[in-house]
Amino acid sequence: MREVLYEDIVEAVKRIAIKANYELPEDVELAYQTALRREESELGREVLQQILLNIRAAREEQMAYCQDTGVAVVFVELGQEVHVVGGSLEDAINEGVRRAYKEGFLRASMVYDPVFERKNTGDNTPAVIHYKVVPGDRLKITFAPKGAGSENTSRLAMLKPADGWEGVKRFVLETVKLAGPNACPPFTVGVGIGGTFEYCALLAKKALLRPVGERSKDPVARRIEEELIEEVNKIGWGPMGFGGTVTAVDVKVELYPCHIASLPVAVNIQCHASRHAEIEL
Amino acid sequence: MEKRISTPLTDEVIEDLRAGDKVLITGYIYTARDAAHKRMVEALERGEPLPIDVKGQVIYYVGPTPPKPGQVIGSAGPTTSIRMDKYVEALLRLGLKGMIGKGYRSPQVKELLKKYKAVYFAAVGGVAVLLSKCIKSSEVIAYEDLGTEAIRRLYVEDFPVIVANDIYGGDIFEEGRRRFAKIEL
Repeated sequence: MREVLYEDIVEAVKRIAIKANYELPEDVELAYQTALRREESELGREVLQQILLNIRAAREEQMAYCQDTGVAVVFVELGQEVHVVGGSLEDAINEGVRRAYKEGFLRASMVYDPVFERKNTGDNTPAVIHYKVVPGDRLKITFAPKGAGSENTSRLAMLKPADGWEGVKRFVLETVKLAGPNACPPFTVGVGIGGTFEYCALLAKKALLRPVGERSKDPVARRIEEELIEEVNKIGWGPMGFGGTVTAVDVKVELYPCHIASLPVAVNIQCHASRHAEIEL
Repeated sequence: MEKRISTPLTDEVIEDLRAGDKVLITGYIYTARDAAHKRMVEALERGEPLPIDVKGQVIYYVGPTPPKPGQVIGSAGPTTSIRMDKYVEALLRLGLKGMIGKGYRSPQVKELLKKYKAVYFAAVGGVAVLLSKCIKSSEVIAYEDLGTEAIRRLYVEDFPVIVANDIYGGDIFEEGRRRFAKIEL
């Protein structure tokens, strides 16, 4: 067993939570530069220029790229040879979030209870944490803050096997059309197909972590990605929904086997604040 | 061409605005989003006055990040407007003249803009660092317990927006998408 200290996890989470909110990944910035060359709408190009300026300003001034610093979504890959000492892994992650949002001047956006009182928890905790136990003795943590503007427009459908590819395609395109200007395009669209009700949603979210522009290694997922990128950009929303040819810079598809009677599809819309940072301990 | 306007807004200014116009706003504006709207409209339902006089004013749908030392405000881009649609008429009835947010409004709100002669501006969502530079002062004036959702009075200079919905039924989103759509769903 390899020991990993509670306090080291707290500091690591704090660091990547702040970094994710201040600095968009290079592949994302590059995707908007490419979009700027492809966009046919003049107003759309102006929006893309502002997005690129905002990326630089946030990075240089170490400020949150967007005021919606999101739900603290955390993906953990825990090596089965790792022993966390000094406290629980979950507490360490939440403490890291607490410190990041306070010391990094990030917005606390979580409320409880969700229905009646909706009182702000004050420190953006609790995080939403997805654990995966993997072979080895490393602990990998990815921080992917998710804003509500795009999260609110995400959808899930339990289609019938007979709906097939046409049904899947229609559902993805309808979701992007409904999301439109409200979800801050240009998007990255995460699509999970297969699994179960909850698992396809997780696949859709995980898909968003892959580098923009990279195609799936699975030939079926790859074919779906290529067709959907083409189709989504025919909808016409463009940057911020003012009309244009770049509604999404990428579509990421993850597939999983499913029940003989099922065809679950989840679409997780990611706004242009496509943020994530990771660390390995 | 950009139009420069200042707050409070008059009917003449609103009559001159068309969907798609680029506008720079200077003057005082107020912030309010979900929780503040709910509280304001509940106060009105109980027959109580609002903490701000909205007559002629503009409300910016925003919940900023906290300012770092020396900053006026933190990152401060628009939030999605449609969540406030339920509360809009109560404020328009009191003379609210403008709203700044992002995304499309319901058909009902578009009708209300015609009825009450008010305008909906879209700011570019997510470019929160750039937009914060146009905010020159910020002061919490009501509902401080709501934190980021408190009502603030901001002084803005040349705050860049686009007229999204005007009093003539114009809609930048519908018109923009129609121009570039290659499929109908």
